[in-house]
Order: sequence, then structure tokens, then C-alpha cells
Amino acid sequence: MPAPIRLRELIRTIRTARTQAEEREMIQKECAAIRSSFREEDNTYRCRNVAKLLYMHMLGYPAHFGQLECLKLIASQKFTDKRIGYLGAMLLLDERQDVHLLMTNCIKNDLNHSTQFVQGLALCTLGCMGSSEMCRDLAGEVEKLLKTSNSYLRKKAALCAVHVIRKVPELMEMFLPATKNLLNEKNHGVLHTSVVLLTEMCERSPDMLAHFRKLVPQLVRILKNLIMSGYSPEHDVSGISDPFLQVRILRLLRILGRNDDDSSEAMNDILAQVATNTETSKNVGNAILYETVLTIMDIKSESGLRVLAINILGRFLLNNDKNIRYVALTSLLKTVQTDHNAVQRHRSTIVDCLKDLDVSIKRYAPSKRWHIDTIMRVLTTAGSYVRDDAVPNLIQLITNSVEMHAYTVQRLYKAILGDYSQQPLVQVAAWCIGEYGDLLVSGQCEEEEPIQVTEDEVLDILESVLISNMSTSVTRGYALTAIMKLSTRFTCTVNRIKKVVSIYGSSIDVELQQRAVEYNALFKKYDHMRSALLERMPVMEKVTTNGPTEIVQTNGETEPAPLETKPPPSGPQPTSQANDLLDLLGGNDITPVIPTAPTSKPSSAGGELLDLLGDINLTGAPAAAPAPASVPQISQPPFLLDGLSSQPLFNDIAAGIPSITAYSKNGLKIEFTFERSNTNPSVTVITIQASNSTELDMTDFVFQAAVPKTFQLQLLSPSSSIVPAFNTGTITQVIKVLNPQKQQLRMRIKLTYNHKGSAMQDLAEVNNFPPQSWQ
Amino acid sequence: MIKFFLMVNKQGQTRLSKYYEHVDINKRTLLETEVIKSCLSRSNEQCSFIEYKDFKLIYRQYAALFIVVGVNDTENEMAIYEFIHNFVEVLDEYFSRVSELDVSFFNTVFHGTWQAHSSPYQVLVLALEDDPTSV
Repeated sequence: MPAPIRLRELIRTIRTARTQAEEREMIQKECAAIRSSFREEDNTYRCRNVAKLLYMHMLGYPAHFGQLECLKLIASQKFTDKRIGYLGAMLLLDERQDVHLLMTNCIKNDLNHSTQFVQGLALCTLGCMGSSEMCRDLAGEVEKLLKTSNSYLRKKAALCAVHVIRKVPELMEMFLPATKNLLNEKNHGVLHTSVVLLTEMCERSPDMLAHFRKLVPQLVRILKNLIMSGYSPEHDVSGISDPFLQVRILRLLRILGRNDDDSSEAMNDILAQVATNTETSKNVGNAILYETVLTIMDIKSESGLRVLAINILGRFLLNNDKNIRYVALTSLLKTVQTDHNAVQRHRSTIVDCLKDLDVSIKRYAPSKRWHIDTIMRVLTTAGSYVRDDAVPNLIQLITNSVEMHAYTVQRLYKAILGDYSQQPLVQVAAWCIGEYGDLLVSGQCEEEEPIQVTEDEVLDILESVLISNMSTSVTRGYALTAIMKLSTRFTCTVNRIKKVVSIYGSSIDVELQQRAVEYNALFKKYDHMRSALLERMPVMEKVTTNGPTEIVQTNGETEPAPLETKPPPSGPQPTSQANDLLDLLGGNDITPVIPTAPTSKPSSAGGELLDLLGDINLTGAPAAAPAPASVPQISQPPFLLDGLSSQPLFNDIAAGIPSITAYSKNGLKIEFTFERSNTNPSVTVITIQASNSTELDMTDFVFQAAVPKTFQLQLLSPSSSIVPAFNTGTITQVIKVLNPQKQQLRMRIKLTYNHKGSAMQDLAEVNNFPPQSWQ
Repeated sequence: MIKFFLMVNKQGQTRLSKYYEHVDINKRTLLETEVIKSCLSRSNEQCSFIEYKDFKLIYRQYAALFIVVGVNDTENEMAIYEFIHNFVEVLDEYFSRVSELDVSFFNTVFHGTWQAHSSPYQVLVLALEDDPTSV
């Protein structure tokens, strides 16, 4: 049988494999060769074969048949064999295989071997995968090695001891005498591992903890030496002497100083010294500072030190490096619990960080509840400094976390019971109470103890918000709307609500008056619609940007029932249509279209609402269309127009792009008009107008479009689905095209409609886009 | 505590993997692909610490190779971040300008004693003890 190939050859061959299947084939062939070689009990090449097996194991292929071979290698006398054997044992074996127990004897012998490297290997392996039985048997040997004079071995023995303690905590006392001298080391490696050992012991047993407290002065001294010592090439990492050891010692100090005044006092100086002397220009320094801050926060440090720590964190927050900011935020979160005041100072920076939408920082919200809690905390403390759209964002978040409704509304209610001066908090609370008041009153809540709240109490608090001098007009608007919504949710207090609403019908505040009057009308004339109108808000679309566009959806609640505006999941329908389009077009270079949820309905709805309430003298009529819930939008005017109309969306319209007739057949004519935005030159907005010159209306008109892959398309909702005859009216629809590569705009369109009793369908390609529309 | 240490290239091929806690072999490849996927989807401005299931991933990119270390909650992320860099510096010394190929071919060198963050010098000595050319 020819000599098995070397590992390097194998690697080379595998690298030439171009597909997964090829690679698998090669590996299987090699596995077969290895298996037959094993069967032949070939001593010379066993080492090589096992090495190859380990490589294949790393790639993810099964390698269990090599386990016994590893054992044989371990038993061999050659160092190279032993090395691969132990490596194999570490990688392939663990306590679940029965085979590993056979290793115990080998390891025992090797622990007493004359060569330190063999002893080292054995210690490593034991420390890596030793089971509790093995550890029990061999703990004595390990302990002996912990006391030897060979620092190489002592280091490994310490780590092995850590593993032993993890597996068999009862054996901790055995290692106690050996630890006496551990900290007297000069050798950093041993020092480091000893600190690890001590840390492990202290974490596991409070007795050990008490015992080791006396080591604090020694640790402090070591740390001091590290900081004070000059440049030492052996331990230097970017100008700081052995930072890893420093971090470890700091961590141990933290554990020792927790809840203990004396130790904490002993540490104060050194901590201050580390905090001030460490260079922050390099990341290494920051790592040490981070550990120091964590330590300061955990032990019973004096207030000066705490302030120092918070300041360091504040400095971190201002740093440009994302990693540092992330780390600072997480630690600030931990400290907010204990040290509220100091953190207040950095409030603004923290809020700035909320704007920072790094996914990690965002994802740091491990659960919706946490997210809500945190934002609530921000609102309660930072209140007036919060960004304007934090309120709608929070509202959206709350609507989306359906299971959290009861919990959220309870917490918010409790929060404003005491203090309703924080405007954003009150706004959110008012909104939530309005939406989920019934949950609040019924007292069902899983996450916290339910509180008993009556309808009257809820109304009390909302009324006091209305009356209070501290509430802004916006907040009052929220409160009034909330009271109105409660009229459908609450059962006994409807009359009271009616009274409140009618009182405000003559309020001086125009906004409030208008709302009150509209609501009054709802009570009187349109009572039958009231419940439909004031239904629970549906879950809003998750918006990826932090922009205010999602607010538009809240308009859904004030539209009269006849208009089916409850944003229906428009998802399924368009995607199937898009797929059809894809099938028809067949090309690989077309991307599907995703029409957005009907956001432009409000414009037509506004008109109808106006009609309904036409007999009331409305001031500021255009404002009626947006309806109360959209008041927060006023602070961001450019985006208001986004959802309200399907008309030109940009204030800065580029003049003079000629419009084109995209399609004209069978009496249906579709014209495209273009706008470009100065703010975003790769966006083109196309407004299509469909007109019908025949004698009969075209109903159920649907327009779809597809563009080549390099473009992105967004189709907003059409103004209606009927193209009236004789050109008496048009359907308008807006298409937004993103063209980052400034390529020539091309589009395929598909039209479906009913005309003269039959369903019509047509496809067309639009190629005559004027250059100004895409250049 | 370090749970695992991976070196994976951009195509998802694992060049080196060291697990400090037992993970089933089939789960390993899955874990590795998921990890590399989350690392690849990060942009340059995002921070190097990701939360993945119940551990934290700390990754650093060196050319086409990602070094990812999975740790549990108690570790100082920045210290690990430095450690990764330290590790790479040592390799650079040893191989004089290490590259991804070296990682593949000298696999056994890397499986040294990684449990301690020893000084760079000591790590170098350790690495030199193993003679990769014999295999």
C-alpha cells in the first residue's frame, strides 16, 4: 500500500475542489484510505493519518473512527505522535464517549514524564476535556505540578486546576495550599493563570472569597508595578505593559471588593491611579479603563471615584469608535440603576446615542419589554430633551408588541399618576390609555402585578392632564382623543365622556375646540359609526428608517367606516401580482414591484370627513384632513405631504422635464410626468395619469410596473380604480424610482381593467423616457 | 469565558476552529455559517461586538479572513478585541507576514495552548516548540 499522502498534500487537493460535491468526494476517498491504513495497524503513518482526519473534522466531516487511533498515538513514545494524539483527543473526544476513560492512565503517566513538553501536553488535554472522573483521579498530580519550580508547567497546571474546579467543585480545598505562593511570581504567564485560578475559586465559593480577601494588598501592589514599570518588551502591547494581566487583576479585585468596605478602601487609590494614568489613545487603554469602570461600579467605592468612572463613560460616549460607545452604553445601563444623578449629566449624549442606529446598539434591546422600559426611563428622566419623533416611534413600538399592551399601559398609567409634567411621557401615556384603556381597567397583566383601576380614575387622570397648566396644546390634543377613544372601550362612564367632550367644544384653543366639536358630532349624528371609527389601531408597518413617515398610518382611525381604510394587509395581493408580472416578462433582469400600504387614502378621506361635518363651521379646514392624531407631524413639514397626497412630493421640483405618453391604446392613455428632487439626485418621481376616451368607464383598473435590476421601484397607491369615460377624470398614481447608477430608465408596464363587461389586460414597454428624468 | 475561536474566510470556509465547550459536529458548521453571515452583513461603521443567541461575538477582519471569538457575558469585550489583534501579531512574527494560506497549512501550530492570554513572547515560544514540518 503506497504511503499515505501528507497533510499538506491533502489540503492542497481539497483547495482545488471547486464545488462542495467535489470536496466531499475527495474527502470520502481519503477517509477510505485512512480507514484501511488504520486497519493495517501501521505505526509509522498513523500520526499523519490522524492529522488529516483532524483537518477533515474541522471542515465538518465525521471523524469518530479516529478516536481509538488517537489513544494509540498518545500511548506511543514519540513526541510527535503524542502531540497529534493529544490534539486529536482534545478535538474529537469528550466525556460523552466511553473511550476517553482509557486515556486516564496515559495522562497519569505523562504527567510524570521527564520532558516538560509532554507533561504540558497532558495538562492541556486534561484541562480541555477532562471529565469529572478523570479530574478526580488526576487532581493530585495536577496539584503536585502546581508546586513545581518549572514556570512553564506551573502555568499550565494552574489552568488545568481551573478546569478541575469547574468540573468537581469539591476539590477546591485541595488546591488551596498551592495558591499561597502563586502571587509571588515574577513570570507573567504564571501570574496570569494564577489570577484566573483565584478568580474561579472566589466565584465558586464564598469561603474562598473571604479567605482571599487578604490578598488584596498584594494584588494592588502587582497592579501598581505593572502601571509604573517602564517599557518592557516582553509584555508590551501598544505601549501598555501586559494589559491582559491588568484586566484580570481588576476583575479579581472587583470580585473581592464587592460588598466589602475594607477591601474596597484598599483599592480606591490604585483604581484612581489606573483610571487617570492609562493612555486612552489606543484601544488597549480603553479596554483597561472599561474594566476599571466596571470594577468601580461594583465595589463600595467612594463617590469621587464613581464620578470619575461615570465621566470616563461619558468620554467614551463621545468617542468616534463604535465599539467604545457600545461598551459605554451597556455599562451606563447597568449603572443607571444605582447612580441616577451622575448619569443625568450625560443624558443628552445618551439620547444622541439613541439616534445612532447601529444594529448592535439597537439589538441590545434583548426584548421588547426591555426596549419599552428603557425608552420609558429615558422619557421620565430626560423628558423634554427627547427627540420629537421619539413619541411616535414609541407608539409604533407599543402597537407592534401586541403582547405587551397590558403591561405597557399599566406602567405608563402609574408613571403619569405621580407626575404629568414630562410632555412626551404624557403624550405616550395618553395615547396608550386611549387605545388600551380596557386592558387597564380589566386588570389583566402578566408581567407585573395588576393594579385595580376604575374607569373614573382613568378619566380623572386624563382630565387633569387636560386642565393642567403644564400640558402643551399637543398633549391636550392627545388627552382629548384618548378620552374619546375610551367612549367605546369603557361602558359606565360614557356620559361623563360626553360631558367632557362638549365642554371643550367652546375651548379657546382652536385645536382642542375643533376636535371636541368633531367628537361631539360623532356622538350626536354619527353614533352608529363611532365604534367602527374608534377601533383599536392595527399593527403598523415596521419602518426601517427613523423617519416620521409611519405617522401617516394613524390617520386610519378617523376615517369614516364606509371607506374601507383599515389598512388591509395589502401585502399578499400585490406580491402575487408582481409574481405574475415576473412570469409574463420572463426576463431575469426585472425586479418585482412592492406597492406600499394605502397611505394616500387620507386625502380622499379628508374630503369625505369634510362633507360629513360640512354644516359645522370649521376653522383651518385643510387641517381637518390630517386629523388630530397627526398633530405631531407639524414639526416636520416636508414629510407631511408624503402620505397625504399622491401629488408631487418634493417641495423643490425640478422644472421643465417634458412629460411623455407612455401608453395609448384602445382609448386608454397613460401619461408620465416627472419630478426630480434636488436633495436626492438618484430619485425620480413619476406621476402617471390614466385617462379614458371611450364611452364606457374602465373599472378595477390596476397599473403595475417593473424595472431592470439596477433600479428600485416604489409604487404608491392610486387615487382610485375607475377611469371615467369621455376623459372626464383621471386616475393618478405615483411611482418613485431610485436610480443610483444613473442608467437609462426603462420600464415594463402591465395594465388590467374591466371594460365593456370584459376583462382586459395589456403589456407594454416604455422606452421613451426623456434623458432629464434619469440623468 | 471564551466559548469558541474561529477563523473563517469571506466565502464561509473555516480555516481554524477551536471550541472550548462541547458543540455537536453538525451544529458546528451551522454555527460557523451563521456567525460568518452576521459578521459579513455588518458595515464598516458598526461596532465589532454582536449579540448572538446567548453569547457575544467579537470579530475582527483581516483582509479576507474573519477572526471571531465567542464569549459569554462576563468577558471584557475590548480585552478580547485586543487579544485577537495580539494573536495575529504573534502569527505575523512567526510566519513573517502571515496569510490565510499559512493558516490552512500550518493548522497544528495554532492548536497550542490558548487558554491563557500569555505574553506575546511566551506564545511565540510555545508556537516554536511545535514543529509543523514533521507532519
